[in-house]
Amino acid sequence: MLILLVLACAAMGIPLLALWGDGRRGAAMFIGFNTLTLLAILALAIQVLQDGAFTAGGGQFLVDDLSIVLVLVDGVVGLSTAWFSRNYMLHETVHWSLSRRRVRLYHAMFQTFLATMLLALLTNNMGILWVAMEGATLSTVLLVSLFRTAEGLEAAWKYFILCGVGLAMALFGTILLYFAAQQIMGHGADALLWTHLAAVRHQLEPQVMAIAFIFMLVGYGTKIGLTPLNNWLPDAHASGPSSVSAVLSGLLLNVALYAILRAKVLVDGALGRDFASHLLMGFGLLSLLVAGFSMLRQRDVKRLFAYSSIEHMGLATFAFGIGGPLASFAGLLHMVSHSLTKSSVFFSVGQAVQDVGSREIQRIRGMLEFSPLLGWAFMLAVLFILGMPPSGLFLSEFLIITSTLQAQPWLTPLLLLGLGVAFAGIFPRMQGMVFGAHQEGVARQSVVGIIPVFVQLTLVAMLGVFIPLTLVQWMQHAAQLLHG
Amino acid sequence: MTGILLELAQVLLVAFLAPLFAGLLRALRAILQNRRPAGCWQNYRDLYRLFHKESLQAEGTSWLFRFAPYGIFGAFCLAAAIIPILATGLPLAPAADVIALVGLFALARFFQVLAAMDTGTPFATLGAHREMLIAGLAEPALLATLFTASLLSRSTSLSVIVAHLEQLRFALHPSMVFAAAAFFIVLLAENARIPVDNPATHLELTMIHEAMLLEYSGRHLALMEWGAQIKLTLYVAIGIALFLPWGIVPTAEVASLPVTLPVLLLKFAGAAVILALIETLLAKLRLFRAPEFMATAFLLGVIGLLTFFMLGA
Amino acid sequence: MTITAQGLAWGIPLLRLLAALLLLLAFAMLAQRRLLTLIHLLAWQGVVLAAGTALVALLTGQTELWFSAALTLGLKAILIPTVLHRLLRRLQVHGDVEAVLNIPLTLLAGIALVIFAFSLAAPITALTGPVTRGMVGIALAAVLLAFLMMITRRKAISQVVGFLAIDNGLFFAATSATLGMPMIVELGVALDALIGFVILGVFFFQIRETFDSMDLQNLEHIREE
Repeated sequence: MLILLVLACAAMGIPLLALWGDGRRGAAMFIGFNTLTLLAILALAIQVLQDGAFTAGGGQFLVDDLSIVLVLVDGVVGLSTAWFSRNYMLHETVHWSLSRRRVRLYHAMFQTFLATMLLALLTNNMGILWVAMEGATLSTVLLVSLFRTAEGLEAAWKYFILCGVGLAMALFGTILLYFAAQQIMGHGADALLWTHLAAVRHQLEPQVMAIAFIFMLVGYGTKIGLTPLNNWLPDAHASGPSSVSAVLSGLLLNVALYAILRAKVLVDGALGRDFASHLLMGFGLLSLLVAGFSMLRQRDVKRLFAYSSIEHMGLATFAFGIGGPLASFAGLLHMVSHSLTKSSVFFSVGQAVQDVGSREIQRIRGMLEFSPLLGWAFMLAVLFILGMPPSGLFLSEFLIITSTLQAQPWLTPLLLLGLGVAFAGIFPRMQGMVFGAHQEGVARQSVVGIIPVFVQLTLVAMLGVFIPLTLVQWMQHAAQLLHG
Repeated sequence: MTGILLELAQVLLVAFLAPLFAGLLRALRAILQNRRPAGCWQNYRDLYRLFHKESLQAEGTSWLFRFAPYGIFGAFCLAAAIIPILATGLPLAPAADVIALVGLFALARFFQVLAAMDTGTPFATLGAHREMLIAGLAEPALLATLFTASLLSRSTSLSVIVAHLEQLRFALHPSMVFAAAAFFIVLLAENARIPVDNPATHLELTMIHEAMLLEYSGRHLALMEWGAQIKLTLYVAIGIALFLPWGIVPTAEVASLPVTLPVLLLKFAGAAVILALIETLLAKLRLFRAPEFMATAFLLGVIGLLTFFMLGA
Repeated sequence: MTITAQGLAWGIPLLRLLAALLLLLAFAMLAQRRLLTLIHLLAWQGVVLAAGTALVALLTGQTELWFSAALTLGLKAILIPTVLHRLLRRLQVHGDVEAVLNIPLTLLAGIALVIFAFSLAAPITALTGPVTRGMVGIALAAVLLAFLMMITRRKAISQVVGFLAIDNGLFFAATSATLGMPMIVELGVALDALIGFVILGVFFFQIRETFDSMDLQNLEHIREE
């Protein structure tokens, strides 16, 4: 019941925003709907706390320890993005002379995106999961090209084609999964329900499951941003509005990884743990290293942090590949912390880019001077994303390195190399951007939109120092689910 | 004894029906193009005329020039003897192998090309080169088609293949669909039909088959023309045997001839109509596009093979 | 869900024939030079898909598949090709498809992909029942051929046709290999396809507005800095 309420709160906003969502009114409605959704999610979390995992809607919807954590993150990041988006879009509307229709489109598509993300996390049906992912891709495509620049169009086209083809592969994987399920459970809508599949996962045909998983990894991996399928990611993050970059990094990548994890549980049952494990480790490590080295060359600040997203998701994938309760716990913690931190980064970067009027790192200087609050927000967010204590990312990276040392010690140097190179790529640039004297022609905007950054960074610090007991229990159960 | 008679009857039937078939095709094309046809029997009159004319040999040519028409005609008549047109249990059936069949056609082509190059004139050499270009790509396609049929029947003997396919009657085999498409394209290419070559042209830019016949006259020309007509009839006969095999009797039974013959003639007539339609509707391909066309035929044949492996049908 | 033995006798060869036609159409699209014919071939693929779905509906007796077949016919065979046709005219895109490789080479690559798809699907074929034997392989081959078509084309519209052809291949896999996915999933997929197509249409106009041409080489300018 509550699951449906959450989804309804999110979905309700779509037609209303499409009709009336422009200007200040639209921004207010946007914030309002996301607040409602977050409240519903909190209620859902309380119910999960009391009752444990449960299904709804005749088994079509599911919430368990794995999904509730991610749904909570969704709610928080959704609301903070809505808050940030208000001032940001008001400024951009003036700057690009966006028509009211386009702003309505922006809000409606954004809300569709958030609703489909929630649907993907709360559905029990692997087919509907795919439908939701495709819906999320489609709703963000038009958002990336919102400003109608040549660059934006190119990024959006690349995004559409690459993710479209990738998701087509994932659909093929889902069809093969259904095929394998049919052999055991017969025809019918139940054969795609994750809970039913998990119950019979040891009986699923190994060869079919192997091929199905590979297709799904290729497909959803394109959305996570695994090398070599992630050509779309830097362009889409750089060219779209910063609010869109924040949710692309913070939410979409997580949900795509969630889809892989659900599939991984099934494949592990059918084939034993090694198959999926090695694939995830390989792709994760490759993404980590390639993204790390690519960061050294970047001159555009949003592209830089897009590569940082690829790197962190690679690290999380690697953690789930290592497997075991510790590494899976660390991977989950990493996903949560990364969402909160990276969206904060993009909020502050977005604000800075708006103030300076350019995305080039060379041009953004002396943030602490022309906008102290913004400078502090950016500095703290970047320090947290680099894994400085007390960030939750520090804790998760520490745990990942520890479990790698236990399981596959010879991979640890590569891991450290990737993290080190990423540090070398981002830290000096951040220093240059934050300190020093600012350049001419900087227009200081209102910093109200940056408030969520501090809220989220506080949450991340809390995760790094003292995780609430309920959260620990949920994540441990989820790790158990993924491992056993 | 009946077998040998039936065999001879088959060869004579093909040899004497070929000009009629070619003539019918030409007449249908004329009708479709709103011209007055020259009549179906015109080819017989042409052959008669040519046989009574003097045959000249070009200066500088060798015995090959004189021998080639006989070689070509002989090869085609032998092919007519082994392809199951009327029946599948004929005496020469053990020699009827698909590869041997393709080899016979290749032999005929070999002589034709060599004889053309023997004359030393630029037109003939031009035609010879173009012919080999097309044939070099058409032969693999033909082989792929025939191999698909042999895989289905588990034998490369033509009579076994046709007997097996005749038994299967109306079964739909997807691999045969692809093979049929490939075979049709090969038929058009090998017999110098539009869209690969225009059989009625004598323009340097476009002629392939006609170029090789330029130096011939008299009875030699008659044999070459007749040979080409027989080749067309044989290809249509192979197509009918592989893809529309109903009515071909399993053994050498004279009693069933009254049934077989009309069915066969009907199929030939149908083939003539389809070919005329295709020739009228399509335009001739530019020469450098012809290899693409043949590549498509080859690939269709290969897909037919692959489909057989995948679907088992 | 039972299939009568009588149904098996004529239904399976017919289904196999439709599968072969689908593959044939995919190859024809790969070998095609003209944009208009490409769209017609896409429409024919939609017809073959609808016929296949109707046949499976007839053989297995699932009424929802009839609805799915009607939807496929309306959407993939009629609506989308008509809209593409209109787009082609309004955008005044003329002439041939510009290919990255020449056509014989593209066709050879296609053959290699078909062999790859068949060998990949071979272990699955061993597990299938009589109705679905070989369908996964052919569907995968059709998907990969459409994928190849997308890669080797320069004009935006031909990439979109390739995208839709991938969708067709997947739909065939869903109907013939698994004898129909759950209805809700099929509806969702169809809805996504429709919305995707609408967005693509919007895109075409945006691209046209910005670049004055539908050549995708204009969209290759973002570089690493």
